[in-house]
Amino acid sequence: MIELSQVVKTYQAGLATPFTAVDRVTLSIPAARLTVFKGPSGSGKTTLLTLIGCMARPTSGRIHLHGLAGDALPHLAPAEALEITSLPERFLTAIRRRTFGFIFQQFNLVRGISVLENVLLPTYPTGEDPRAVEARAVARLESLGLARHLRSSVDRLSGGEAQRVAIARALINDPAVIIADEPTAHLDSRLSEEFMDLMSQFKDAGKTLLITSHDPIVYDSDLADMVVEMRDGRVVSET
Amino acid sequence: MIQHPGILALLVASGIVSLLLAAAGWQGFRILRGWDLRSGSEVQLDLERRTYLVSTLVANALLIQILSLFLFIFTAEGLHNQFVGAMCAAGSLAVNAYGYPTLLMKVATCLLAGVWLVLHRADTQGYDYPLIRPKYLLLLILVPLVLTETWLQLSYLTGLKADVMTSCCGSLFGQGRQGFAAELAGLPPRLMQPVFWGTFAALLGAGFLLLRFRRGGGLFSALSLTFLLVAVTALISFFCLYIYELPTHHCPFCLLQREYGFVGYPLYATLLGGAIAGLGVGALAFFRDRESLTAVLPTLQAHLAWTTLLLAVIFTLIVGVWMALSPLRL
Amino acid sequence: MRPSLQRYRNILDFALSSLLRRKGRNLALISVYTLVVFVIASLVFFVQALKREAHELLAQAPDMVVQRMVAGRHDPVPLAQVEAIRSIRGVDEVQARLWGYYYDPVFGGNLTVLATEDAALAPDAIWIGQGVARSMRVKEGDLIPLRGYDGQSTLFSIQKVLPESSELVSSDLVLMAPKDVRALFHFPEGLATDLAIQAGNPRELPTIAAKIVELFPDSRPILKSEILRTYEAVFDWRGGLMVVVLGSAVLSFIIFAWDKATGLSAEERKEIGVLKSLGWESSDVLLLKFWEGTVISVTAFLTGVLLAYAHVFFFSASLFEHALKGWSVLFPRFRLIPALDGYQLTVLFFLTVLPYTAATLVPSWRAATVDPDAAMRS
Ligand SMILES: Nc1ncnc2c1ncn2[C@@H]1O[C@H](COP(=O)(O)OP(=O)(O)OP(=O)(O)O)[C@@H](O)[C@H]1O
Ligand SMILES: [Mg+2]
Repeated sequence: MIELSQVVKTYQAGLATPFTAVDRVTLSIPAARLTVFKGPSGSGKTTLLTLIGCMARPTSGRIHLHGLAGDALPHLAPAEALEITSLPERFLTAIRRRTFGFIFQQFNLVRGISVLENVLLPTYPTGEDPRAVEARAVARLESLGLARHLRSSVDRLSGGEAQRVAIARALINDPAVIIADEPTAHLDSRLSEEFMDLMSQFKDAGKTLLITSHDPIVYDSDLADMVVEMRDGRVVSET
Repeated sequence: MIQHPGILALLVASGIVSLLLAAAGWQGFRILRGWDLRSGSEVQLDLERRTYLVSTLVANALLIQILSLFLFIFTAEGLHNQFVGAMCAAGSLAVNAYGYPTLLMKVATCLLAGVWLVLHRADTQGYDYPLIRPKYLLLLILVPLVLTETWLQLSYLTGLKADVMTSCCGSLFGQGRQGFAAELAGLPPRLMQPVFWGTFAALLGAGFLLLRFRRGGGLFSALSLTFLLVAVTALISFFCLYIYELPTHHCPFCLLQREYGFVGYPLYATLLGGAIAGLGVGALAFFRDRESLTAVLPTLQAHLAWTTLLLAVIFTLIVGVWMALSPLRL
Repeated sequence: MRPSLQRYRNILDFALSSLLRRKGRNLALISVYTLVVFVIASLVFFVQALKREAHELLAQAPDMVVQRMVAGRHDPVPLAQVEAIRSIRGVDEVQARLWGYYYDPVFGGNLTVLATEDAALAPDAIWIGQGVARSMRVKEGDLIPLRGYDGQSTLFSIQKVLPESSELVSSDLVLMAPKDVRALFHFPEGLATDLAIQAGNPRELPTIAAKIVELFPDSRPILKSEILRTYEAVFDWRGGLMVVVLGSAVLSFIIFAWDKATGLSAEERKEIGVLKSLGWESSDVLLLKFWEGTVISVTAFLTGVLLAYAHVFFFSASLFEHALKGWSVLFPRFRLIPALDGYQLTVLFFLTVLPYTAATLVPSWRAATVDPDAAMRS
């Protein structure tokens, strides 16, 4: 479970034009469920996900991860709740690495290198045994139907393929939580349906899924266990 | 004389080190003043980012400083035939009053910067920046020292005038003369031998205590510094005699020459590295009971202690083998 | 492999592939860097080689030279002093030397004219150095006119061109019989230019020098070791001057490097944002930047040093002979003896790699602290 209490993110705080993108959000996100965030553009969905995903630190408020972070800190038992808002970047990164997998709207593949290398990128700093991670990456890419493209450069992939590469990359460190920001924005409805099928597989595998979307295919889907609606940085409804 | 390429290189290096550390010091000062871990404000986030800058600057400065310590000695070595009476670095350094102080300051700043990096390493392993204050206070001490060293070196190098009459190592480190160096050389091997071996044994003992029972970090640290001093004294007093195969040549610098297989470099490098690691153990011992460090400090201290012990053993092995193989018998 | 080591390797691999992906930009940087290393390295090698050459020359020079000073100026020495000095204890041999400089108006250079007692020298003939032969375009058997003190030209036949071996100083040399030297310069009989002294034990030289001054207060003894020191100082000075001039070149290079490194392209900035969002930490990116810098530095340093080595030792430093060997227009075209030592390489490293590295620290840090959430918005 992920628990947020009174989380605020203010950009340019203390300057002439402070802007509060996320405003006193208190929320409980259940584990192993799919939670969808919707709301108009600029309502703070992406910002909220970066806070949960340990990419940015909130200006104030607390975020607790319950039983998700593994043994990210040497002195904590894995099951304990971990308060992440005041951790140094090193620890946030360590947690992010093992706990969260990100799928971006723009896919964010690194151009000029192969599909396989892209998928391996998150494993470089961990220094794991390269043969083991490569086997894992190849298996994952094969299961996503990308076996033929292992060595091709990402520049020439189709939109759907690029996204599946991004998904394989998000899963390479076997994270407990998958965060997807507008995953279907660049996909046609058939591909969007396929994406949701994949998500349902992950949900069945026990992953916690957090997805922002404007797309009814996503937020009206039966898979969505909870829909959080946001406006001007605040949560207006949870269903 | 300032246009000698080696001197130029030294000046460039010390300029860079001063610049890097002055910048690091300034950032450290800002960090000390504005630090507030509880706040998630952008100011604090920015300061946390700056800790990366400071550690990068100090790490590079230390590396350059260590390299330039050796280049300094090597350059002094190479310049000796420009001064009447100088036979090696010992004479070149004595050309004016700044030579030896520069050397000592270089060693001191290397030790301190090394300890700083050890503290930094520990700090990054705690989840609440446990050492931020001691670390940056130490940095604020380090900066003026480095600037002083730069100034001393500049005074020394610009003060070099060819043809100055100076002393050679024989007169500086000769027995029966006056001065501190001669006193060191005059220490009889019969006294220094047991002192050296005693210190070595004590260091091993303290290391055992620390590694086995996790106690006596301070003691170990003090002994590692003592070992550095005693080892240098022992080098001057008797080890070098075996290396030079001359019963009266007590020079700590000729060891660095080609004739003696550059044996001085590994000797001094092991001593310096061992002292840095050993001092690091002691510095960490002060912070044993910071909550966020209790889990990581013992491991770090153990690594450092192993490093010190290993380097001390290597040093002792080198001189020991040399003594055994040398035809000289005292 | 241990994970911490594997991490270094992985990031090094990625650094190499990043460098290759931005070939054009990095090649430009490496070329400029290589050029700077090349110029400075050529200079350091060249000065060092000259020094060594001078050492070798001086090894054959007399232990001590005695000159006479009149009114603070160098004046001929009476031959009568020779015997007096020879009787000083410790002196092995005293030789009166007769030499001078001859200015040749045709090609505007100075020749060193030295008297030799060598029996192999034919009457009215001379031996000349390689440089003289080159600049006067003469060869063995030719006749050349030398203008005497009174403006009258005398013809000399060239009996021999001196071999190439130690050319630096002897290339501007003209050897002739003592009587011809005296005639050419109107040098009075009974006087010599200076006295060359050999001592059995070099340690006694200072004592001998003191005795000579005692005997002849107007004489000035010059020890070989002093000449050696002066040579070294002169070479260092000339070399150093050039280094200072080149310092400005290095500086502009640093500015160039700084500019290259700070001007993170939008593409690169985005890439680092992606890496950070994927779980790379600032120190991982710093390591990446460190590896990139190391690869660039090592490549440029090695290439520059190798090119400089070839330039100095195989092409006789053709690019700046003129600036350095300024004492005569007779440039010897000799081959310097190749030699390389750790000290020179260290000095070069300090003069080139350290400034570059220092200049890239802050930009690397800037790159490393790109916000990871930047990848979420673009
Ligand atoms: N670094 C920043 N500095 C200032 N303002 C920012 C910054 N990042 C985001 N914002 C602002 O915060 C607000 C929320 O942005 P966010 O990206 O979270 O919205 P969103 O709900 O994801 O919108 P969309 O549906 O268009 O993706 C926006 O108004 C944006 O302009
Ligand atoms: Mg968004």
